[in-house]
Amino acid sequence: MDEVMAVFTVEAREQLTAMEEGLLRMEQGDRDPETLNAVFRSAHTIKGGAGVVEIHAVEKFTHVLENVLDRLRNGEIAVSDQLVTLLLRGCDHIGALLDTVEEGNPEPGGELAAAGVAIADALRAWTAGPPVAGGAGVAPQHPAGEVHRAGGDTAISDCWHISVRFGQNVLRNGMDPLAFLRYLLSLGEIAHMTTLADALPEADAMDPEACYLGFEVELRSHADKAAIEQVFDFVRDDCDLHILPPNSRIADYVALIEKLPEETMRLGEILVGSGALTADELARGLALQQGQAEEAPDAAAPTIGEILVGQSAVQPEIVEAAATKQKQVSDRKAAEARLIRVQADKLDHLIDLVGELVIAGASANLLAQKSRQAHLFEATSILSRLVEDIRDSALQLRMVQIGETFNRFHRVVRDVSKEIGKEIELTIRGAETELDKSVVEKIGDPLMHLVRNAMDHGIEPTARRLERGKPVAGQVGLNAFHDSGSIVIEVTDDGGGLPKEKILAKAVARGIIAAGQNLSDAEIANLIFEPGFSTADQVTNLSGRGVGMDVVKKNITALRGTVEVHSEEGLGSRFTIRLPLTLAIIDGFLVGVAKASYVIPLEMVVECLELPFDAGDSHYLNLRGEVLPFVRLRELFEVDGGRPPRENVVVVKAAGRKAGIVVDALHGEFQTVIKPMAAIFRHLRGIAGSTILGTGEVALILDILALVGLASANEVAVPGALPART
Amino acid sequence: MGKVRRVAIDRNMTIYEAEPLKEILLNELRGAPEGVELDLSRVGEMDTAGFQLLVLAKNESRRLGRDLSIVAHSAAVLDVIEFYNMLAFFGDPVVIAAEAAR
Repeated sequence: MDEVMAVFTVEAREQLTAMEEGLLRMEQGDRDPETLNAVFRSAHTIKGGAGVVEIHAVEKFTHVLENVLDRLRNGEIAVSDQLVTLLLRGCDHIGALLDTVEEGNPEPGGELAAAGVAIADALRAWTAGPPVAGGAGVAPQHPAGEVHRAGGDTAISDCWHISVRFGQNVLRNGMDPLAFLRYLLSLGEIAHMTTLADALPEADAMDPEACYLGFEVELRSHADKAAIEQVFDFVRDDCDLHILPPNSRIADYVALIEKLPEETMRLGEILVGSGALTADELARGLALQQGQAEEAPDAAAPTIGEILVGQSAVQPEIVEAAATKQKQVSDRKAAEARLIRVQADKLDHLIDLVGELVIAGASANLLAQKSRQAHLFEATSILSRLVEDIRDSALQLRMVQIGETFNRFHRVVRDVSKEIGKEIELTIRGAETELDKSVVEKIGDPLMHLVRNAMDHGIEPTARRLERGKPVAGQVGLNAFHDSGSIVIEVTDDGGGLPKEKILAKAVARGIIAAGQNLSDAEIANLIFEPGFSTADQVTNLSGRGVGMDVVKKNITALRGTVEVHSEEGLGSRFTIRLPLTLAIIDGFLVGVAKASYVIPLEMVVECLELPFDAGDSHYLNLRGEVLPFVRLRELFEVDGGRPPRENVVVVKAAGRKAGIVVDALHGEFQTVIKPMAAIFRHLRGIAGSTILGTGEVALILDILALVGLASANEVAVPGALPART
Repeated sequence: MGKVRRVAIDRNMTIYEAEPLKEILLNELRGAPEGVELDLSRVGEMDTAGFQLLVLAKNESRRLGRDLSIVAHSAAVLDVIEFYNMLAFFGDPVVIAAEAAR
């Protein structure tokens, strides 16, 4: 797939998303004309783009869709659930067509094509209603009847029509019409070009340095009128320029024909030949014009100014519509101009480089410190501060708001609730919470599973809800917020909660736990994430599609995250996903055990203190009246050598639980780039990754969450019975 | 058809050459009752002025009832004529020649 095609599909998908959002809002009662306009614009953009890259399947289909939207916009048909569903299906079809385009087939296969025809036919049913007389804004100086008749009669052409007659001096002034016309290509596609040499005089009278040419151009473009006019800015005084927007009224074309110097019939032929008008449209237009001419014979050749004034006088409603549209387009353009599309791998490369810079900076810093040269030390300090800033900004580049991911679920919830016949509302909070793009990309699937699960298994059937005295509409919530260096995403529902007994029974049956094992409520609930815990007996076509909760957990763990469920029977469940903000760089706290160095993510460090002498071999200590379980890294990693006389405790907090990590030495803050562990180390508990110190030595990054879990487990188990190996 | 005059233009066809070009084209055309074959294969540049002269020559040839055909196009010439969508205007031989030139 070439680059243009790739850009087209990406942009078309964005437009599709926008359309979908708009349609959903309309279904929920949003009657703001701007919403509909935005949907229409998106459809139009997709159609235009498809035309430019010549994906005719998309272009044709979107055209049908657009016609329906146009009727909606004109108030000829009303918004209904049925219509929105159909339009959404149309969006899906466009999405499917884009899929095939991405696979390299510009034309859809038989099945998809058939589906498209079916949807298109259904859509056409909405456009087949009786025509409603348009022409609301009747021109004052024209017989009302005439204008009224012309009101709804617009040309089907979707191109801008540009008529330009260059002045004689253009060439002599060093300007070449060729250049201006070619520049139009930057705005869109020239669907048809007619060169008019009618003004060329007899050979002897012709001045070879004068320009006698005129052009009729059909331009397929999303540019607004101002942008097209700008192309001709340099010759504005020296040319006669007329621009008709796409789908102009036939009367406008007729008016244009009248204004142009060439003969009416010749121009008519040109317009028909270039596809601006159909022969039928032309005939109707001319007949109308004749009727007008008899009433108001006016043969004086108007100036350009008069033409423009005349045009706006003749069709105020169209001029106004065009102006609004142009304004919207340029507003959007302005918003787009603040964004730059960058290839993701370029960004990744930058982050990689910044990562190396951080390591190199740390190394320089270390050397400077050792050299004891104050100036050098100062310089490297400033340098490392700058490196830190660069790192932050570089990472910020990758940060995206989670809202976009969340918003996709409006559609999911809508469709699923219709499908399973439950009334469900989706509430989104914290949509502006930012997280790393690579995380966002990977969190979509687990979230989808959790949301579907909440709708399917969580929310009870309507009858049951009424029985329990709950509102009929079930609530599914998506919530995101930042919490001590991680992002937390919650999927909540106000459904029945997890059936504890059933889970317990199933877990025993599957051999996940032993019968009679004593488990807390939280532990029972979290059993659903265990591999092999299938919900096979409640398979519906929603969840239970072969992806179990254990896969959700695996996906999230792969992102160095955790997932937990908190559930109360009868009241609902809350799935909490906790993810690191970024996968690449962390602020670390460097500690030492014997000769080895370890890194603890700084955001998890609460405080450091000396291990009280009386702690002995126990695995908990008294922290200001609080029991703090701790683990000795020395023991955990089986480091040789005896304990030093003084040990230190780093108090860490993860997922709401505190624990101590006992180490020999504290080395202080250290910025570090995470190097993922090779696959063979994947099962190593307690290690999240590795990094390279300024000295070139390798330091292991501790998986605090696992360590806290371990410490807490010890707390419950017999004190001192810490397994030597994990 | 020995009398058909073959004229090769071996200079740019732009506004800078427009004045002499016009003389050349018209003189050749008027001095060749059987018509003119233009060889434009060595035209390095063409602008609207040059293009316009071709149109003029074509018009004049029609007025005189003589043939004017372009038997060879350079890329630049073809580019302009195609952009202006005027291949058909210059007639069939041109289109055929253009196809061959591709």
